[in-house]
Amino acid sequence: MNDILKTVVGLGSMGLFFGVVLAYASKKFAVETDPKIEAINNALPGANCGGCGLPGCAALAQAIANGEAAVNACPVGGAETASAIALIMGVQADAAEKRVAHVICRGDCNSALQKADYQGIHDCKAAVLANNGQKACSFGCLGFGTCKNVCDFDAISIVDGIAVIDKEKCVACGKCLEQCPKSIIKWVPYKQEVIVECNSHEFGKDVKDKCKVGCIGCGICQKVCPFDAVHVIDKLAVIDYVKCKQCHICVVKCPTGAISGNLEKTEKVRIAQEKKNAAVEKSNG
Amino acid sequence: MKIFIILLSSILVNNFVMSRFLGICPFLGVSKKVETALGMGMAVTFVMTLASLITYFVQRLLVKLDIEFMQTIAFILVIASLVQFVEMVIQKMSPTLYQALGVFLPLITTNCAVLGVAILNVQSDYGLVETVINGAGAAIGFTLAIVLFAGIRERLEISDVPAAFKGFPIALITAGLMSIAFLGFIGLV
Repeated sequence: MNDILKTVVGLGSMGLFFGVVLAYASKKFAVETDPKIEAINNALPGANCGGCGLPGCAALAQAIANGEAAVNACPVGGAETASAIALIMGVQADAAEKRVAHVICRGDCNSALQKADYQGIHDCKAAVLANNGQKACSFGCLGFGTCKNVCDFDAISIVDGIAVIDKEKCVACGKCLEQCPKSIIKWVPYKQEVIVECNSHEFGKDVKDKCKVGCIGCGICQKVCPFDAVHVIDKLAVIDYVKCKQCHICVVKCPTGAISGNLEKTEKVRIAQEKKNAAVEKSNG
Repeated sequence: MKIFIILLSSILVNNFVMSRFLGICPFLGVSKKVETALGMGMAVTFVMTLASLITYFVQRLLVKLDIEFMQTIAFILVIASLVQFVEMVIQKMSPTLYQALGVFLPLITTNCAVLGVAILNVQSDYGLVETVINGAGAAIGFTLAIVLFAGIRERLEISDVPAAFKGFPIALITAGLMSIAFLGFIGLV
């Protein structure tokens, strides 16, 4: 009985002593945390997706409060979150250029040649290990949906053997960019409709043999672009999204259809171009 | 002379990480950068030295009350409070260090090295000065090991490591090799 009493009293008083010391220390060494941090943290979506490049929403909140990150640094929250945070920080939110992930390949089952019938694990990474994938073009989308599996927002679907990203659903967390073994998912401004959807740096003839919609590097787009926004670099057309005014002329002129665009607008430009051509012919004739 | 031998043996020969395999968690977790490793080493040194000092008196109290069988739990209580205290102090004094250490600071609580040094002190029948020297030496040994290891890992980061060994596997192998190297100190004392 005595033993138990001694134990309880001994340890109890020790615990009490340390408790009091800690309580005193917590008052003495209290750190004033910025109330902004908590407010910002509440305004953030709390998905902890890492899309901002920081470990989590709490880290971003701290970075924003310290002025190390922009108020619109959260790609998931979008304009609403940005403006809410801007209100807390007392600054004007710039209209952030929203960007989305985009699969830069159009080589679906109908367009791209398959060099082999792949029977292995249904995963792009596994397919790449087996002789660089089943597609004849070594730059193309394999369509086994490795990106689809990591997307938390259900934005990616596999259509006709290639991955397609729904840009309305995409929150730009960037997970798919990391996973794609071919690295063909890239950032594209949300508003951008004119996109060169090909990655092949091969010679035009080789591209043509392997894929109906590949970029053959003919340079027509470069020639017709009125804004100097398209350049053929290493046998592949590249659009400068800053200079591009989305006039859709290159989309119409591209002989292989490797450049995507808004269908309606493409049609309008096509009609206008035909009229122009007819007028030129008439004046010549 | 005896104090010097205790210090030398706790730093090199009976190095806590390399020979006794205590405190492996922070050793592997906070050794990516020399800077944070040094910070962690400092925190552990502080906690270990203080813990040695306080557990010495706690042990005498336990002996006096005749409840030595409560040694483990009493020591854990002391160490946990101490770590809490250190955490508060660091948060106040050096927020950057606090950020860098992150989750590993509370982990010192469950760091077996701290409890280990306290219990080993009691088992070795050390006096007050020897206890503190042993605690400080063990902590300096820990700091030495973790800083050396962090230095190696920083270089590993930029060297051409086979893909299968990249990251943690090569770190574990390196830790093993370092441990073997530390075995060489056995003849010292």
